Amino acid sequence: MIRLLACGALATVQDRGRLGALRWGVGTAGAMDAPALAAGNLLVGNADEAAGIEVQVLPLEIRFEAAAAFAVTGADCTATLDGVLVLPWTAARARAGATLRLDRPAAFRAWGARSYLCVAGGIDVPMVLGSRATQLRGAIGGLEGRALRAGDALPVGRAAEGPPPGTGLVPPAIALPRAVDGVPALRVLPAAEYDRYTTDSLAAFWGEPWRITPQSDRYGFRLAGPTLVPLRPLELRSHGIVPGVIQVPHGGQPIIQMCDAQPSGGYPKIGTVIEADLWRLAQAPIGSRIRFVETGWDEALAARDALDGWLAAARRDLSCLSPRSAA
Amino acid sequence: MNGRNPILAEAPTEPMTGISLLGTTALLFEAPGETSLAVQRRIWSLAREAETWPEVREAVPGVNNLLVTWREPPRRLAAIVERLAAAWETASPLALEGRTVELPVVYGGEGGLHMADVVAHTGLSPEAIAEIHAAPVYPVYALGSHPGYCYLGGMDPRIATPRRKVPVLRIPGGAVSIGGAQTGVSASPGPSGWNTIGSTDMIFFDAARTPPALLQPGDSIRFRIAGVVR
Repeated sequence: MIRLLACGALATVQDRGRLGALRWGVGTAGAMDAPALAAGNLLVGNADEAAGIEVQVLPLEIRFEAAAAFAVTGADCTATLDGVLVLPWTAARARAGATLRLDRPAAFRAWGARSYLCVAGGIDVPMVLGSRATQLRGAIGGLEGRALRAGDALPVGRAAEGPPPGTGLVPPAIALPRAVDGVPALRVLPAAEYDRYTTDSLAAFWGEPWRITPQSDRYGFRLAGPTLVPLRPLELRSHGIVPGVIQVPHGGQPIIQMCDAQPSGGYPKIGTVIEADLWRLAQAPIGSRIRFVETGWDEALAARDALDGWLAAARRDLSCLSPRSAA
Repeated sequence: MNGRNPILAEAPTEPMTGISLLGTTALLFEAPGETSLAVQRRIWSLAREAETWPEVREAVPGVNNLLVTWREPPRRLAAIVERLAAAWETASPLALEGRTVELPVVYGGEGGLHMADVVAHTGLSPEAIAEIHAAPVYPVYALGSHPGYCYLGGMDPRIATPRRKVPVLRIPGGAVSIGGAQTGVSASPGPSGWNTIGSTDMIFFDAARTPPALLQPGDSIRFRIAGVVR
């Protein structure tokens, strides 16, 4: 068990998401930066479906009630275990009673917006509709379907032996960088209503940077930039949508639906940020800027393969170091 | 079409059936023509068929459209697009015979905050709006939006009211609302761009239940006027 001693707003238990419940109106939820959670799970010897804690507002402080391996991945933060610095993206071990604290990073330019804490055995809240991911709307999964707060006790599952402490991974932000003019570049596949926008709007969509406004969260990222104008007003019937869809409400400022987005909508869709780039978007802080880059099906699959390849290589490398690698 | 959408460019059929990409996560199939229950029955049929395909994780009906999510995105997109278009052509209506659930509704008042806007738009009295709204038996076309939420067909166009210019940040669970030509009942509190005209008490979703949602496509809702508050 771990206990939360201090907890910023909107920290939640997340796994890789609730897949297969769209038919009940239940979205996927899950870690916004899925590769970061996956890497954390690998570093502590967890199965892929294990849940960790997604931290959006620092600090976070926890006490390990039992000794456990852990790893901190995702956005830059200053992690200390009983006051001693802990390396990010690296397997570490806490004794029973140890206190782990994640603070705002000291660096002037810190990367990212969401950090992940994985503990060997995983956060063992009950599975709901096949997942432990917290979905706030409908209060499903996680700890009582809500954000975590100080005082909460979180059960930890049975740990398997993972890589030795000190084993680290190269984060995808370094292994798979992607930026245009110093701004994160997200690859986008055009969606159904793409052709219904003016030439100028489409040129601006690809050509201009977009700012992530403060009205951005796990539900969606509202962007500010040039106004996107349809050739004529569009009224659509309600239809299924997925994380990454870029909708354009009547005001002309796009919204990118994210992990907690409702699974259906009715606004026109200009494009979809490809799955392989959603983690980059998840780590773009409020106030920062992003760009869209047009891509095609084959390229989007190649991007997916590259990300899968990074994870597969990490898995291979770590399994060589794990005691159970003989298996 | 300028061929930018790779799917439409490769699709062997005319783009009368709109098949479009939702990234590498899903496809969206949009049925042509006016919204109708007859078309929806073919959508249900198409969903059953598509869910048997190995690359498909879920085939989820919307309102006269279908979302198809991938287990693994197919390498050859054109092949599955062709298959989906062909399956639509041969899809026969699936007349799901569900149950009918009656929901008592208090129209207007605190639980129907936007009744005044619907009155202003339609020129009808709250009593008339309640009468018209409670008259049909509404078929559940699809689930979506949030856990347990039902998209209903068959609302009388006389009470159609455009979605709100600025969405409301929180409408309560049980809120009965109108968005354009559609009506529905919120299953839990949350933001909405629709006009709330009344409220009902009903638990539409319980994750511990099997199935977790009270209603499924093919079921129906009948609203009963429990009161009209002016």
